Amino acid sequence: MSALPTGPRAPELSKTPADPAPPRAAGPPRRRRTGPSRPAVLAAQLGLAVVLVAGWELGARTGVVDPFFFSSPAAVAGRIGKWLGGGEVYGHLLTTLSEAALALVIGGVLGLGIGFLLARARTLAAVLDPYIKVLNALPRVVLAPIFLLWFGLGIWSKVAFGVTLVFFIVFFNTYQGVREVDRVLVDNARMLGAKESQLIRHVLLPSAMSWIFSSLHTSVGFAIVGAVVGEYLGASEGMGYLIAQAEGTFDTTGVFAGMVVLSAVVVVIDLLVNRVERRLLRWQPARERGHA
Amino acid sequence: MGDGDDGAAMELRGVTMTYQGAEGDYTAVREVDLAVAPGRFVSVVGPTGCGKSTVLNAVAGLREPSAGQVLIGGEPLQGLNRRAGYMFQQDALLPWKTVVQNVAFGLELSGVDKAERLERAREWVHRVGLAGFENAYPHQLSGGMRKRTAVAQTWIGDPDILLMDEPFGALDVQTRQVMENELLSLWTDSGKTVLFVTHDLEEAVSLSDEVVLLSAGPGSRIVGRYPVELPRPRDLLDIRTTPRFTELYGAIWADLRNEVMRTYERASHGTAGAGAVQDAG
Ligand SMILES: Nc1ncnc2c1ncn2[C@@H]1O[C@H](COP(=O)(O)OP(=O)(O)OP(=O)(O)O)[C@@H](O)[C@H]1O
Ligand SMILES: [Mg+2]
Repeated sequence: MSALPTGPRAPELSKTPADPAPPRAAGPPRRRRTGPSRPAVLAAQLGLAVVLVAGWELGARTGVVDPFFFSSPAAVAGRIGKWLGGGEVYGHLLTTLSEAALALVIGGVLGLGIGFLLARARTLAAVLDPYIKVLNALPRVVLAPIFLLWFGLGIWSKVAFGVTLVFFIVFFNTYQGVREVDRVLVDNARMLGAKESQLIRHVLLPSAMSWIFSSLHTSVGFAIVGAVVGEYLGASEGMGYLIAQAEGTFDTTGVFAGMVVLSAVVVVIDLLVNRVERRLLRWQPARERGHA
Repeated sequence: MGDGDDGAAMELRGVTMTYQGAEGDYTAVREVDLAVAPGRFVSVVGPTGCGKSTVLNAVAGLREPSAGQVLIGGEPLQGLNRRAGYMFQQDALLPWKTVVQNVAFGLELSGVDKAERLERAREWVHRVGLAGFENAYPHQLSGGMRKRTAVAQTWIGDPDILLMDEPFGALDVQTRQVMENELLSLWTDSGKTVLFVTHDLEEAVSLSDEVVLLSAGPGSRIVGRYPVELPRPRDLLDIRTTPRFTELYGAIWADLRNEVMRTYERASHGTAGAGAVQDAG
């Protein structure tokens, strides 16, 4: 945990022109707390990606991996290019994202609301506790076919499925966040004249914020998982549908292309969440930020 | 002001405070009677864990007495004490609000519009010597600066009664003296009634009109009340060398020492570690 500036060997990985590095990088990053230098990590990450993709491509070309089962990066890239160029993928993407967004909003609002309610109403929480545990223990995937039956093949069955995933994450984190709020902060606010609604707004919500945000990352992921799995099981559009279609015709290239597009979108969304989080949590000392 | 017992700004009548715990109940204070006339500065001292914070919580209305009554301005207290400002022993600033927002918090809660409350808060930030730190977050401040912010946060609402729980306990000696001086100048002529908890007897004597001594817990009672008839305005540095001060200090300390020793004995007889007792001088 040294607060020293960059160690003598740190620039090795980054190969900046100003600092011609020796040819070989040695060992994993050594500093944990202060963290290794950003460019070095970025370079290593890029390098790893290049190695993996090149290896895959090379394997496919030389026949070490069977392109029928594993496709190849070039083919996948070509397919993505075609999708983006032809515009057919946008509709599917839009469907999936709207389902995920709806699931996120509905599940989030429900989780937040009920989390707050139960954290403040101890008796109610005690009564409902076993039910919540049972519901949460239920493997959610088994619900997907039932939702299909209840809500039809359209977007709402996927939204409902996503909601069951998102709700519990947001709910548990909100509940925890509100329960663990510093007692003295609440007392102080009450002494300064805070009513219950003001207490929520000025003390409980901000205090629960870091919990809620750490859950937001997971929630976004789960909302998309919910949408895709739902589509996969029965739909007429969406990325899950696209992937299922490709699988149906043993089109591994299509499957991989779908996965890549989805991952890229999730990464972009996660970056946006990070941004929002940094804005809203700027009062936290940098070290505490982004726990969990 | 301050003549006649019936005009007490706050009064505890036979107040008993019991905590319910998993391993049985714990009575922190038992049958405490205490009346404080308006405008008086009264300190409460006693060994650690004797129930000083508990008494303040009762006066604040944060915790109801298990027996007895709290009267504020002659009226029985129900719910929170709306006339009191409370400076807690622990840090109680909102970490997500800046200094000026924290100071303005009470005004915000009572619906004062933004421009006005920020202006008034800035004035207070100046008054407690934090100009230039208006937009800092609590984690960027030193302990003393956080306490100053807390003083401003509590005083800006102009409460009649001030409850202060070891406000300067965690500060170094120099900062503490500066803060004590500021507190006195804020309080002088303000007409506010102060109930001040401290484990620093010197601080208690030099600031107060009266020092109240709580006995060792459990079931602490008031075992001594010591009027401090030192002239005001006081110079906190000079006053500590006057013979009257030394005399008073010695008298209270003799009694306080007894209570501290009893707490210490209880702690070391019990299973609790002997380190549970802080320096009470
Ligand atoms: N919430 C609680 N539940 C159970 N017991 C408590 C609780 N709060 C305080 N006590 C007990 O009541 C006694 C008095 O506590 P209090 O905080 O009033 O002491 P204090 O005189 O303020 O001590 P210090 O000088 O260390 O701040 C202590 O023995 C403590 O263990
Ligand atoms: Mg205390």
